[in-house]
Amino acid sequence: MQSDVAFLSLTVFLPALGALLLAFFPKDKPDAIKLASLAITVAVFAMTVSMLMGGDSARFKAGEAALQSAFSVDWIPSFNIYYFMGLDGISLPLVVLTSFTSMVAMGASWPIQKHVKAYCILFLLLETGMLGVFLALDFFLFYVFWEVMLLPMYFLIGVWGGPRREYAAIKFFLYTLLGSVLMLIAILMLYFNSDVRKLTPAQLETARIVLPGDAKSVDAIKSEKNAVHTFNIMALQSLGQTTDQFDREILFGKSIQWWSFVLLFIGFAVKVPSVPVHTWLPDAHVEAPTPISMILAGVLLKMGGYGIIRICYPICPDAGYDLAWFVCTLGVVSMVYGAFAALAQKDFKRLVAYSSVSHMGYVVLGIGVWSMSAGNGYNAAYMAQGWNGAMFQMIAHGISSAGMFFMVGVVYDRVHHRNLDEFGGLFARMPVYSGLAYVVFFAGLGLPGLCGFIGEVFVTLSVWNYSKTLAVISAAVVVLTAAYILWTLQRVYLGPEYKGPHGDHLHDMDLREKFIAAPLVAFAILFGVNPNLIFKYMEPTVTQSVEQLATWTENVKEPRLEAARAKEAKEAEAAAKHAAAAIVPADAAPVEGRQVRPAADHVSAR
Amino acid sequence: MNFYQLIERFRTDTLDVSLPAFAPELAICATIVAMLLVRMPGFGRKINSFCIALPGAVAALWLAAPWHYLGGDVELHSTPIFDGLLVFDTFTIYFRSVLMLFAVLFLIFTTLSGIPDREDSPDFYTLVLGGLLGMCIMASANHMLTVFLGVEMASVPSYALAGILKGRRTAGEAALKYAVYGAGAAGVMLYGISLLAGALGSAHIPTMAAQLASLSPEAFADRQMVLMTGALMVSVGLAFKLSAVPFHFWAPDVFEGACAEVNAFLSVASKAGAMALLVRVALGFSHAPAPAHGEPPIPLHTHAVVAESTPFQLTAMQKAPTVVSPDDDEPAHAHHEHDGHDHAPGELDHGHAAHSIAAGTDNLTKARKFIAGLIALLAAVTCTFGNLAAYGQTNIKRLLAYSTIAHAGYMMMPVAAAVAMSGSDTAGSHEAIAAVCFYVGTYLFMNLSAFAIIAFLRNTIRSEEIADYAGLIKSSPGLVICMATVLVSLVGLPPLAGFAAKFFAFGALVKAEMFALLVIGGLNTAISLFYYLRVVKAMTIDPEPAHRTPVAFSMISVEGVYVVLMTLPVLLLGIWFNTLLRWAQAAAGGLL
Repeated sequence: MQSDVAFLSLTVFLPALGALLLAFFPKDKPDAIKLASLAITVAVFAMTVSMLMGGDSARFKAGEAALQSAFSVDWIPSFNIYYFMGLDGISLPLVVLTSFTSMVAMGASWPIQKHVKAYCILFLLLETGMLGVFLALDFFLFYVFWEVMLLPMYFLIGVWGGPRREYAAIKFFLYTLLGSVLMLIAILMLYFNSDVRKLTPAQLETARIVLPGDAKSVDAIKSEKNAVHTFNIMALQSLGQTTDQFDREILFGKSIQWWSFVLLFIGFAVKVPSVPVHTWLPDAHVEAPTPISMILAGVLLKMGGYGIIRICYPICPDAGYDLAWFVCTLGVVSMVYGAFAALAQKDFKRLVAYSSVSHMGYVVLGIGVWSMSAGNGYNAAYMAQGWNGAMFQMIAHGISSAGMFFMVGVVYDRVHHRNLDEFGGLFARMPVYSGLAYVVFFAGLGLPGLCGFIGEVFVTLSVWNYSKTLAVISAAVVVLTAAYILWTLQRVYLGPEYKGPHGDHLHDMDLREKFIAAPLVAFAILFGVNPNLIFKYMEPTVTQSVEQLATWTENVKEPRLEAARAKEAKEAEAAAKHAAAAIVPADAAPVEGRQVRPAADHVSAR
Repeated sequence: MNFYQLIERFRTDTLDVSLPAFAPELAICATIVAMLLVRMPGFGRKINSFCIALPGAVAALWLAAPWHYLGGDVELHSTPIFDGLLVFDTFTIYFRSVLMLFAVLFLIFTTLSGIPDREDSPDFYTLVLGGLLGMCIMASANHMLTVFLGVEMASVPSYALAGILKGRRTAGEAALKYAVYGAGAAGVMLYGISLLAGALGSAHIPTMAAQLASLSPEAFADRQMVLMTGALMVSVGLAFKLSAVPFHFWAPDVFEGACAEVNAFLSVASKAGAMALLVRVALGFSHAPAPAHGEPPIPLHTHAVVAESTPFQLTAMQKAPTVVSPDDDEPAHAHHEHDGHDHAPGELDHGHAAHSIAAGTDNLTKARKFIAGLIALLAAVTCTFGNLAAYGQTNIKRLLAYSTIAHAGYMMMPVAAAVAMSGSDTAGSHEAIAAVCFYVGTYLFMNLSAFAIIAFLRNTIRSEEIADYAGLIKSSPGLVICMATVLVSLVGLPPLAGFAAKFFAFGALVKAEMFALLVIGGLNTAISLFYYLRVVKAMTIDPEPAHRTPVAFSMISVEGVYVVLMTLPVLLLGIWFNTLLRWAQAAAGGLL
């Protein structure tokens, strides 16, 4: 455990330490500063990759569902706050994605000339915040990292961005802060209604509240006189699924978990972003400098999806079940809206930004699929498929969208405009660039054999069993996606010749740019051809989470629904009897028949 | 009880109990006297008052000894001192320590910033220490007379301090405005106190609460109007000290007119004292102490709050037997512990508590509801107004004035929660009070640091306009980073102290299930981001103005080190706040 504490902490805080060191660098050596920052991001990437390496002695073993390398250290014991971090199949791919994207984005930061030192310091602080979000398993710690990112991001957009940068930066900050304040309220609600005394020793061990085999601590917790609250996300998940602590009604007849789910979901939906809280995204993406757009699209948006998978559903399953239709609809609306909005754009970067809205809609839809209300049988496998698809889509989108923003950045650096109508003919002038860009854009389109395809297919297939309407719509969005991407490719790369301004600056990619584009393209192909590279780490944990929720559905939700149905039926019967007695006293047979039906439904559902 | 006994009792009470517990305040008194006397002989004029004031403040902090009392080493029971006029408990110690710590840091700050000059410094320091003395009394007040005394002792020096910059029109205006407002508020408050005291037959807060609890329903209905009017009038005085809406009008003008040093004093110390007083009064009236008053049964315990050590109050002021309804010969045990979170007095009196009079708890429930509702309303309005009004400000001091108004709102929120929970959930109530204490503790560093930066910048660029701060990051990045840290902490973003403070304050609201207030608080946090960030933006992103006095401020100087040392706690308390939180919890544990 000691080595885990050191290793994970170092992974998270190495960029911050680097930023501290950079503060003492002389200001007038921008290239040295950039190189040092790049070295740090490369080191962090190496550390995250090393987690997977080494076979049996690896920090993270593929094929295991449980938390690995987890540790929990006292931080603020008087408020039950712990320094609790760990890796599992949900967080690990995102951690690697984060370190990879940061490295690539740092490489893409070379054209930055203004205040290089401040830029690098903020960039590294941002990386610490991002890694921390994915590794933190204590809600308080999670929230701290979540908010730590905001300020660096504000400055990175606000100082180094485009013409409307200040507006975009404050808009990003306000939206996210509003969402996270709501999240804070939910965190506090969950905290004050939690009581870890109700957990079994095994659950306490899983949540790292006690060390394995430490019966004394278990007894100590059990014998506490007052409720022991917790911020431990793992413990909250167990509490949400095996106890009724979050079922108390508080406001407007809704339970604590219903409210928590809604508040948390809004917080995460802002980040994803889902329509109608997506409007910060086009502004922020367009105004941000290229590397920051890559980070925004590649990593920040994933935090929303991660939060929904890690926090919303496992902690508040009841609310998640009841609101499945809402979440799914939101996902589909985002997909359709994003795609149509992308079709309408004249600005190359804005188009890519809206494509992110559309693609992240798949993630929300895949997570939202909870296919038992469909009536034709509840099968956890579909949900597992949806979740795996959503997770894969996040990784794939991380790679393809970072790639697309980079490709836009490359051409913007040369011609200093992004007007789609003034491009054309780039293929002839920049063949290598155009070839690589084609791969990346096709990955975004979801062409089979490239990474974007797998996630979309998984999600669409799983939705079929939940709602055929939504499935058809989401499949149709692929056509829209193809339309805007192909049209873009046509307008930018094809055509006879480039007629826009600064045509003489159009030279092909230099070595640095090739070095950045190459891994993006390589991964886009690799993950499309062999998705198992990701699934083998991710799938066990995702499936385990889904199975836990399935067990919960079977043990808790179905009896509850059954009881509700029975009650409803009884009431209906009583009402019918009453009515029948009033009108035709003799004829009660149809009412009997109606009463049986829900139960029969249920049997077939099993 | 004959005369001799009375005198003897008075002697032991004063010399053995009260004066030792009052040691930090005595140290402050001695310092003030020394500062005044040393000017009498000729050579004394050459002595810088700072050299007397600082050791005095350090001594007072040493005597307040929070590490000793709040660290958990000593068990401290709530002890009434000076015949129940003041009360000595962990809450007193916490606030006294905050005030004394502020005194030490503030004195260093003023020497560095150069206001007051040598000529003014004896007056200035006398006023500051005198004001702090009043705030200490506010924090430990247990009697409506000391409440009023404390408020006045804290206010009058503040009026003078607001105008300490002689010959400046705005300063004079600020002082006059402040004094007029203050006098009005004090008058209203005094009237309210007299109404309450008249209706309840005492001015000793625990006795008043006990009386309130023992009123029969008819008597209660009879006096309800008077009691409510009285409470509202008292709240006027408190709201004035807290700069709560609608009695905040003085704050922006005074903050703009007075110098940044005085602003730091007003926004930190004055607010801390007022918060403590609010907690004392609000909680004092929402729960009655356990022990009996008046006639036997004589309780067996020795540290009964009222009966044992306050002979004067009871004999002198409890002349209203009619207040207690005739059929009511049970002692008033309204302090009914529902949930088993007993503390010392409650535990000893548990047997009696069972007899608690239904009417009594009923009265107190009504009182609680009223007080909690009133504070919650004030908090919501204050917070929202402060944040909205801060938008349009161009002067940094005025902006921070509205910011302090908003923060007063945030701080009042957990007080409302504490009052609401005081009847049913003592543990929750303690947590809420701890949140207030914690907030005040962190607020000290945030505002002291902010005003220190403003003062140092004023000394170099001669301006307090936000527009003149533009592009400061070029010439003094260290200062800008400190200022940005403080401002972001005031927004309440982690990992800074302001976040921890807000986190606990909101936690108390969740615990009390005051969701409307919670949502208002949350939205306000988001709103406030905009104007704090505007200052940060001006300093970092905006280009430098063409005609500005060049910034001559180096971080490698005593001033720079001071700013860093004041800003570091803002960061550190956001990351390691366990100790302060434990102290705050210990402080809250002394109440109820």
